[in-house]
Amino acid sequence: MADIKIVFAGFGGQGILFAGKLVAYKGLLENKYVSWLPSYGPEMRGGTANCSVIVSDEQIGSPMVPTPDILMVMNGPSLDTFEDCVAPGGRIFADSSLIDRKVRRTDVETFYVPASQMANEAGMPALANMILAGKLLKETPALSGGSIDAVLGKIISARHKDMLEQNRKALEMGFAV
Amino acid sequence: MSIVFEAPKSLIDVPRHYCPGCTHGIIHRLVAEVIDELGIEGRTVGIAPVGCAVVAYDYFRCDMVEAAHGRAPAVATGLKRAMPENIIFSYQGDGDLASIGMAETVHAAARGENITVIFVNNAIYGMTGGQMAPTTLPGQVTQTSPYGRDTATTGFPIRVCELLRELDGAQYLERVSVDCVKNVLQAKKAIKKAFVNQIEGRGFSLVEILSSCPTNWGMTPQDALRWIEEKMIPYYPLGVYKDAAAKEAQ
Amino acid sequence: MSDKKLMKGNEAIAEAAIEAGCRFYFGYPITPQTEVAAYMAKRMPKIGGVFLQAESELAAVNMVYGVASAGKRAMTSSSSPGISLKSEGISYLAGCDLPALIVNVQRGGPGLGGIQPSQSDYFQATRGGGHGDYHILVLAPASVQEMADFTVKAFDLADKWRVPAMLLSDGTLGQMMEPVSMEHYEAKTFDKPWAVTGTGMAREHNIINSLYLDPQKLEIENFRRYERYERIKAEEAMWEEYLMDDAEICVTAYGISARVARSAVTAARAQGIKAGMIRPQTLWPFPVKPFEDSLEHVRAYIDVEMSMGQMIEDVRLATRCARPVCLSNRVGGMIPSTEQVLAKIKEIAGGLDK
Repeated sequence: MADIKIVFAGFGGQGILFAGKLVAYKGLLENKYVSWLPSYGPEMRGGTANCSVIVSDEQIGSPMVPTPDILMVMNGPSLDTFEDCVAPGGRIFADSSLIDRKVRRTDVETFYVPASQMANEAGMPALANMILAGKLLKETPALSGGSIDAVLGKIISARHKDMLEQNRKALEMGFAV
Repeated sequence: MSIVFEAPKSLIDVPRHYCPGCTHGIIHRLVAEVIDELGIEGRTVGIAPVGCAVVAYDYFRCDMVEAAHGRAPAVATGLKRAMPENIIFSYQGDGDLASIGMAETVHAAARGENITVIFVNNAIYGMTGGQMAPTTLPGQVTQTSPYGRDTATTGFPIRVCELLRELDGAQYLERVSVDCVKNVLQAKKAIKKAFVNQIEGRGFSLVEILSSCPTNWGMTPQDALRWIEEKMIPYYPLGVYKDAAAKEAQ
Repeated sequence: MSDKKLMKGNEAIAEAAIEAGCRFYFGYPITPQTEVAAYMAKRMPKIGGVFLQAESELAAVNMVYGVASAGKRAMTSSSSPGISLKSEGISYLAGCDLPALIVNVQRGGPGLGGIQPSQSDYFQATRGGGHGDYHILVLAPASVQEMADFTVKAFDLADKWRVPAMLLSDGTLGQMMEPVSMEHYEAKTFDKPWAVTGTGMAREHNIINSLYLDPQKLEIENFRRYERYERIKAEEAMWEEYLMDDAEICVTAYGISARVARSAVTAARAQGIKAGMIRPQTLWPFPVKPFEDSLEHVRAYIDVEMSMGQMIEDVRLATRCARPVCLSNRVGGMIPSTEQVLAKIKEIAGGLDK
């Protein structure tokens, strides 16, 4: 791998930025160069949220990701916005319980995971992001190795042990899809 | 022979630039006497304003900072936060404190900054040659109110002590005057209290001092002092507007 | 790399300032720099420092002026419109030779502008911004690591030269996260016999002041200060060169634009175009030397900026207008793309071949 460029997109409050942070940390722990760039401004407050993550073997130039290799998307409007940006041959991970249409592109690989439904059924409705991120990590060889605990330990404070446990469980659910 | 009168030690013995009959000199002296009596010169830092007292840094023997116009309470905040053991006072005029620096004044008071503010109110911008101040009286003629201050178009004078007393952070607010000996003595008491409050960590203390400006008022020094008594004091009544410590003691 | 942690640029500034011994932060909320204030609000009370949300940018910079007068390290941060308000205080800091750090996380302007990243405050930063003859040190980080490193460097340079320093960043660098390590900092201390700490009845009084009613004295002060500026220019300019050894086309950019420019240069090299990049890390003093040296082999310059062309004037001055310098820009909160810059490189390369 030279680099992987990922866009995470959805509603504010879905943990979109957090999922991006998880993947960026995964890259960091594998000794890659990483960058994480959020959208910011009024859209943060309940509107759409997105972030761009680059994981690379080389120093990262522009942190902007106009043509992602991977799109992780958790609502319809974000799919509308970003579907056409995905690089040909790229991959889209979609929360199929919140997006009622299929991906129109035929030159990309698509993974539909009913992440929100799964999260609701498992009694942790706030962690659909982790389920979908788990699937993304599993399907991305450069990021699928190593321990996920180390990453979770980096992004979840030790004081919130129960949250760490739940996040791990959600990620494992995503891995198992 | 015993010495019965001498210059305050914390005032540097140089000719001062104030106009004849201007009461800044008296106020400088009162501040310096208080600094001497409290024995705090070595740990005091004063802040000079922009206005007639702009070069006060050359007159006080303690460390001094010159602040931008109106910003003295913010500068004082920085100094006091950086050096809580030092005594920080600002010396400001009416344009500086109540016009361009009103936000800094109000917020330093609201925060209860443990500083001492010496507020010289002479109802005019002196240094720039006598323009209308936020404290210029209704009808008062100045360079920028040549037909007398018209409250219909320029609004009304600001009574600073009355304005600030509603702020919970303000500890001590007193208005005094230096138009006669009795009032000068009371002014010194107030200034001393404002410094003692700081030493005791009580918070924001401000002494408003009605002061004369014979040059820009176009009066003799004597007439100017009479004008304070007859015109200013009725509009700006003297007295303690807030003394949180005294209230507590009751 | 595992000793590093991911931080937002704004947070990296705040933590690095604490590492540099800064214990006094004064600010006022404005997007996109508010994380600096939020971080300081959390950290300062725990380490015996002062965080104070001021009533205005004017007050914040004057609180910094107060702390700096006391000889301690102090900072404020804001974004473009707030820096305009602070400019009065910055002029006073410069006029009193007070060291302090001002952070500008730039956003689009003029006026209220927008909240997206921009580089349109270059003139304001490098020409002083406020009234009077003066300069401030201007450091321009291009990564989150540099946000931290340059914060520490800015405090050191400010203390060393008694000149206020600005970290000129932008919304992208402020908001983005990258790995940062802060283990390599050494806290430097500087003697400040000029500080107003109280005479202790043991010395003459110190005066912090920028007023000289005697024009001759004010002229002398200005001449003296500019002598110091000349030494700073000679000693403190910093820059990075990328593939410049044989470059015929030099792309020049600072901050986030330089990240884009670097990607474009890499892509151009892959297409056989001899492109390179000079990235000023200090904007004042502007690094003239690499531009002078580059004249031997560079045939054209492309200045990439998120402004209508501000640094381009310094590039033209540094190259003495001996070669064409053209602009590739986006403004208003838009960020240039690698493709845009690459297209410009190819266009210029095509012109050179003719």
